[in-house]
Amino acid sequence: MTSYRMIASRALSLVGRRAISTSVCLRGHGVAKVEDYALPAYFDRRESPLPDATFVKHLSSEQLALKEKEKGSWAQMTEAEKLALYRISFNKSFAEMNMGTQEWKSVVAGVFFFIGLTGFVVMWQRTFVYGDVPPTFTEEWIAAQTQRMLDMRMNPVEGFSNKWDYENKEWKK
Amino acid sequence: MSAGTLAKPAMRGLLGKRLRFHLAVAFTLSLAAAAGFKFSVTEPRKQAYAEFYKNYDAMKEFEAMREAGVFQSVRPKGQ
Repeated sequence: MTSYRMIASRALSLVGRRAISTSVCLRGHGVAKVEDYALPAYFDRRESPLPDATFVKHLSSEQLALKEKEKGSWAQMTEAEKLALYRISFNKSFAEMNMGTQEWKSVVAGVFFFIGLTGFVVMWQRTFVYGDVPPTFTEEWIAAQTQRMLDMRMNPVEGFSNKWDYENKEWKK
Repeated sequence: MSAGTLAKPAMRGLLGKRLRFHLAVAFTLSLAAAAGFKFSVTEPRKQAYAEFYKNYDAMKEFEAMREAGVFQSVRPKGQ
């Protein structure tokens, strides 16, 4: 126990007692200040209809008067007053909150744009990066290959050789 | 406060109702897909194979392939 105190006091003297004590005084004798983000917040969310806080936090004098009137009978309030009370508690109505935006158009436009850009990149690659294609892609090779495929009767029922007319030595019409 | 009272919405049986509806739809669509595939793919394919083998002469085809030189076990008749 005592060893801890000794190390703590050594550390304190290194840091400087004055610096620590001033910051403690500013915050009120060691009580932590609560930042805005740590307090219950207002949100517009379809799945949670009642947020943790009201929308308007600091009421004006008319709004305070309205709040007093709210404590009485609601039948004596006008529609406008009831609407004003609603707008104190809530930012957007459900209809406003669920409204779609035009954002999808920007997204689609961006997608098309980058696909187009990629097309340019690919064209550049084809010209300046890739070497020649193998000899198996030349006309003569492909012709010889096709003839051999027909000779060995590849897929004769529904497929390749089915499309060739062996009597007339031409493709079927 | 309100102009007229609304009808009370359905409070129970929501999942059951949805399942009954979607089950019927799923069954119908699956049967339609299977029937469609049968009559557009399998029946024509069976027909094609039947037609092909109706007048198929295996020896004639073999001789033709042999002359073309695709076999390793038999060379064309000339060699």
